[in-house]
Amino acid sequence: MLLEGLARLGRSGLGALERLGRAHLLLAAMLLGAGEIIRRPGLLTAQVFNIGVLSVLIIGVSGLFVGMVLGLQGHYVLAQFGAAESLGVMVATSLVRELGPVVTALLVAGRAGSALTAEIGLMKATEQLSGLEMMAVDPVRRILTPRFFGGLVAMPLLAAMFSAVGVLGGYFVGVGLLGVDSGSFWSQMQAKVDFHEDIVNGVIKSLVFGLVVTWIALFQGHDAVPTSEGVSRATTRSVVHAALAVLGLDFILTALMFGD
Amino acid sequence: MVKVRGLCFRRGTNLVFDRVDLDIRRGTVTAVMGPSGTGKTTLLKLITGQLRPDAGSIEIDGEPVHLLGKSALFRLRRRMGMLFQSSALLTDLNVFDNVAYPLREHTDLSSSMLRKLVLIKLEAVGLRGARDLMPNELSGGMARRVALARAIALDPAIVLYDEPFSGQDPISMGMLVTLIRQLNDAAGLTSVVVSHDVAETATIADQIYVISHGEVIAHGTPAQIAADRSPWVRQFIDGLPDGPVHFHYPAPRLADDLLARGVA
Repeated sequence: MLLEGLARLGRSGLGALERLGRAHLLLAAMLLGAGEIIRRPGLLTAQVFNIGVLSVLIIGVSGLFVGMVLGLQGHYVLAQFGAAESLGVMVATSLVRELGPVVTALLVAGRAGSALTAEIGLMKATEQLSGLEMMAVDPVRRILTPRFFGGLVAMPLLAAMFSAVGVLGGYFVGVGLLGVDSGSFWSQMQAKVDFHEDIVNGVIKSLVFGLVVTWIALFQGHDAVPTSEGVSRATTRSVVHAALAVLGLDFILTALMFGD
Repeated sequence: MVKVRGLCFRRGTNLVFDRVDLDIRRGTVTAVMGPSGTGKTTLLKLITGQLRPDAGSIEIDGEPVHLLGKSALFRLRRRMGMLFQSSALLTDLNVFDNVAYPLREHTDLSSSMLRKLVLIKLEAVGLRGARDLMPNELSGGMARRVALARAIALDPAIVLYDEPFSGQDPISMGMLVTLIRQLNDAAGLTSVVVSHDVAETATIADQIYVISHGEVIAHGTPAQIAADRSPWVRQFIDGLPDGPVHFHYPAPRLADDLLARGVA
């Protein structure tokens, strides 16, 4: 009984290690396939459109609401210390450093990541990937690599848009509704938000999240059991793993970047 | 053209092929037949290098498929076409673009030359008029013919068909049977047809291999196979429900099973 349990534990551990190995081999193959993107940039732009442009609406609306909530909550706390004029700094810093990259990554994992997993999983289930291989076309280079780099390019752009729209949301609530001075809102933001410390670090975060979310989505699709149940499980796993990876990595990156 | 020697392949603990020998001659239509689950599709995957054998050798035109690296295998596959059971058309491209796909990937043809070639291939399968349809607008038989046009787009030397007739109505089946033979003879191809549709396959095959339980149990021309007296071959060719291949999956005695305690 005990031995059986140990054996089962060992098997599942080995299975997980094997999956991890396959995931890294896929990542290496996609990175090595970067030449394909340079030769045929059209493949990349199509995927930036699919992953990025088609996510603009959800990112814009979410960014606006998150910014407006930050305006309300920030004003409540800052007003207690007579620092309501610093609302602009608070809203912009929270968005650029944390909420922009993190919430964008979670939304992209839910909208584009799940779609990528389902697409690749179904292509596998309907033998389209095998069909490509039989036409002497490498599906990793031709199908997965453009999607990977598309996600990598789209994520920082979407995060930047999320932060920009969020700042506007904070402005509408803070200045429009709660009577914060417009000049202080913008000038303090300009003075306190640092390009390297805040913005560059935020962009690095969203690049890392872009890599992780797209990699997980593509690996789950490519590794899916080629049945309808298998693809459905892979899609769920894709979103759950990507969300956990983003939140865990955010803590590590924040500690490294701002932990002093 | 294709030489298989001592092929062994196992899936888990299940031995799918046990020392199988096959010879496929250039310019012929060779049928590989056998009951469902005997690994006919697996054999095609082994011949095309999608799977690697546990032992034995597979040679195409003298090239050892089982030993080739990825790039050499891809070079070899440009001379091979394969018709999948599911057609495997790219669902986001229309009929024209599906057939043009291998040409666009592997050649630098001008767009007018590419258009002419694709239309010729579509004409060969009778679907020139369907060039603008999407795969979800095609019937099963039409999808298979488009996939066939795509498989012959690069003028391969060998075409492999995985269950080309399964799930087809009599008209589409008749069309596919005629097409396979005509394409083989007109373009000087070598064809391998994996199927369990005995009558249709026998009409176009030059030679037939019958596989069961991981071994070749009969080999010869359609006439020789039809005259074979072995009970295995007779059961398969005549479609008998019971024989060496049992109707019942192995199980305990029915009475013991029904009288045993237990819940569903």
